Amino acid sequence: MTSTLKKLLLGEQGLLVIFAIALVLVSVFVPNFLSTRNVIGLLQAVVTVGLVACSMMLCLATRDFDLSVGSTVAFTGMMAVMVTNATGSIPLGILGAIAAGAAVGMVNGIIIAKIGINALITTLATMQLVRGFGLIISDGRAVGVKEPAFYNIALSNVFGIPTPIIVLAVAFLVFGIVLNRTVFGRNTLAIGGNPDAARLAGVKVVRTRVTIFAIQGVMAAIAGVLLASRITSGQPNAATGLELSAISACVLGGVSLAGGRATMTGVMVGVMILGIAENVMNLLNIQAFYQYVVRGVILLFAVLLDNLRTSSGIRR
Amino acid sequence: MSYFFEYRGITKTYPGVKALEDVSFGVRRGAVHGLMGENGAGKSTLIRILSGDQQANAGAILIDGAEQKFASVRDASDNGVMVVHQELQLVPDLTVAENLCLGRFPSRAGFVSRRRMIADVQAVLDDYGINVDAGARVSALPLGARQMVEVAKAAMVKARVIALDEPTSSLSSRESEVLFRMIARLKAQGTVILYVSHRMDEIFQLCDSMTVLRDGRLAAHHDSLEGVTRAQIVSEMVGREISDIWNWRARPLGEERLVVDGLAGAKLSIPGSFTARKGEILGFFGLIGAGRSELMRLIYGADPARTGRVMLEGDSYTATDPRQSIRRGIAYCSEDRKHDGILNGRSVEENITISARRLWSKGGFLRPGREAEVAEEQIRQLRVRTPSRFQDIANLSGGNQQKVILGRWLAEAGLRVLIVDEPTRGIDVGAKSEIYDLLYKLAEQGMTILVVSSELPEVMGICDRVLVMCQHRISAEFTRDTFSEQALLAAALPDGQNHSTAA
Ligand SMILES: Nc1ncnc2c1ncn2[C@@H]1O[C@H](COP(=O)(O)OP(=O)(O)OP(=O)(O)O)[C@@H](O)[C@H]1O
Ligand SMILES: [Mg+2]
Repeated sequence: MTSTLKKLLLGEQGLLVIFAIALVLVSVFVPNFLSTRNVIGLLQAVVTVGLVACSMMLCLATRDFDLSVGSTVAFTGMMAVMVTNATGSIPLGILGAIAAGAAVGMVNGIIIAKIGINALITTLATMQLVRGFGLIISDGRAVGVKEPAFYNIALSNVFGIPTPIIVLAVAFLVFGIVLNRTVFGRNTLAIGGNPDAARLAGVKVVRTRVTIFAIQGVMAAIAGVLLASRITSGQPNAATGLELSAISACVLGGVSLAGGRATMTGVMVGVMILGIAENVMNLLNIQAFYQYVVRGVILLFAVLLDNLRTSSGIRR
Repeated sequence: MSYFFEYRGITKTYPGVKALEDVSFGVRRGAVHGLMGENGAGKSTLIRILSGDQQANAGAILIDGAEQKFASVRDASDNGVMVVHQELQLVPDLTVAENLCLGRFPSRAGFVSRRRMIADVQAVLDDYGINVDAGARVSALPLGARQMVEVAKAAMVKARVIALDEPTSSLSSRESEVLFRMIARLKAQGTVILYVSHRMDEIFQLCDSMTVLRDGRLAAHHDSLEGVTRAQIVSEMVGREISDIWNWRARPLGEERLVVDGLAGAKLSIPGSFTARKGEILGFFGLIGAGRSELMRLIYGADPARTGRVMLEGDSYTATDPRQSIRRGIAYCSEDRKHDGILNGRSVEENITISARRLWSKGGFLRPGREAEVAEEQIRQLRVRTPSRFQDIANLSGGNQQKVILGRWLAEAGLRVLIVDEPTRGIDVGAKSEIYDLLYKLAEQGMTILVVSSELPEVMGICDRVLVMCQHRISAEFTRDTFSEQALLAAALPDGQNHSTAA
């Protein structure tokens, strides 16, 4: 009995099992949790972190790191609003945001992968730089949208499902395919497993890493546009701490910080666990201050579980 | 008979793998005990259990009659058990002295005295005849030197039991001698030494007694090696007879295919040139640090070449990128599989298909069916011992990892030149002769094969021609009719030492 339980919890799908159990418990004991309204609200709340977690997964899988995503989300959201206001064209606004995000990502990638500066330091610097740019171009204030159609990006829906949730679902699907079905995904994991060996086996290590950072910037931009649309303005202080949530979600989902290990389903579960924890605490009217504590506890628990799993079976 | 050291009924299982089953044997005080067996037979697992790194599912370890329970590596070393693992464990960014003193730095009022530490360690190294600078960073040392340092580390603490897992796998015969003198001294102090090796010569030269493992079970135990023959051990190991492991046959050689001339990289230059013909197996022999691996890395572009030319069938270039080399039809299998061979945490399948998959993937998408097919083919051809192609390569035994890396290049198509650096490092006799047969087959199909090896019998056994390197230059060339052990060794030694050994 105990041994089968142990096997279940520590096996490949351990996190999924725990997630399922938690989901059932929460559905039964928390009133209103399963109402359509709440579920949609929950999903909408995880869109930003979910989108960023997709690309963060690739980044961590190559042993890299990106702390600048929170700033980039705010900055690109601001860009979207300001370009839209200036040109009167929403597509141009979105394009501007994506270009800005990609540029930030490329800069990160080139400094880290080509020049060889530590990712933690580099993105710590760009995180502040980009936050600074956002504050400078907005003069530190929220910038309202002049074009009402801009709200529709987040408010519109397809078959009753809000567009942002659709976008997130598509992102999960696409990144799942990229990771498991493409040469690019396999190379990403190979680099994380051993960068020197990957290079000798003919993998374009530098190019792959730069590309991943660029993708990270684009994903942050998409998240930034959706967020700006939802809050109907560009906020220079939006999405602070997002980088940590995204990394937490990945780690919760079994992505190894030492690289080489990542699954899309794991990251999806990680994102959902964080989202549900927050949602439930809101439903139960728990003070926001405690939410930090709970998130910390969840993360520690996940890491301990992972540690237990590695030491009980496979080495390293 | 009373044994000083004993394994009793050791059993160890990993998910899907029974690594050891009820293994028991003993070793007398001051004896060197050989441990042999095929790749994946369980030798390293047995050693890991002794080191406290892994725990057995059942069984016990006894030292001097007392049962030992090692919960950790620290625990084992505190109880006088030192282990040198198959894959080296030194910290690359620290100096040799720091590595040797790790965990017990000599200090004065809490401050580490660097000077004293380096002087102390240098004294020990010199005493053992190890030609390594105590102040050098480990990452700057060649693999063989690292291996010596690791053994010195075990010798420095007064250990009751020392286990050496394939300590000579990257040492040349000369460096091995230094190691053997170290072992003799430890033995005289009454230390029990467990000695894992795939080299039969060493076992007979060093060991007083030995054990053979097969499929995780005890296949034979010899309390004395008197009257034991090599053939007997081989058949105990593999369960069949192997008559001639070299099995070399004359092959017709084709036209000149590869010309290498005066390559130089950022770190060192290798003047001189050589050529290799189609279908030729060309050996590179030399001492550690002679520049053989460096030369191969420059040919392949693993370290970008700055000057010099490689000419491949008339196409002349300076290699700077492995990717380019693979497209030109050159593959390189490095000597240090842990550092730049295996992709940790990834499956056997992915490790095999990483390079060759570009041949079949379309528009950046994988073809899972083809990946599986190719992986299975290599696993079968090389007899890789793994529960499935999905197994994490880090969980394979050392020799099986080596086979997977070879398989990575055998999966390629259109290769013209295959460079293998210590191709049979850590590979058992049976598999060795299979790999040689494979190399012959490739050569017969017209592949040019460059083999770097520190094993004299191997170089002489399988190569059509041998270049000897010494101090970064090619010092001599031999063909099969001019091969002789003395001549090859003499050419490998720098001038100064040449006479002393000849005398
Ligand atoms: N952590 C692990 N997880 C799963 N299987 C393992 C693990 N470690 C070892 N094994 C398996 O246990 C068996 C014995 O491995 P071991 O490393 O002891 O072999 P070995 O005799 O040292 O071989 P070699 O000569 O190749 O070094 C192998 O089949 C190997 O795949
Ligand atoms: Mg081994």
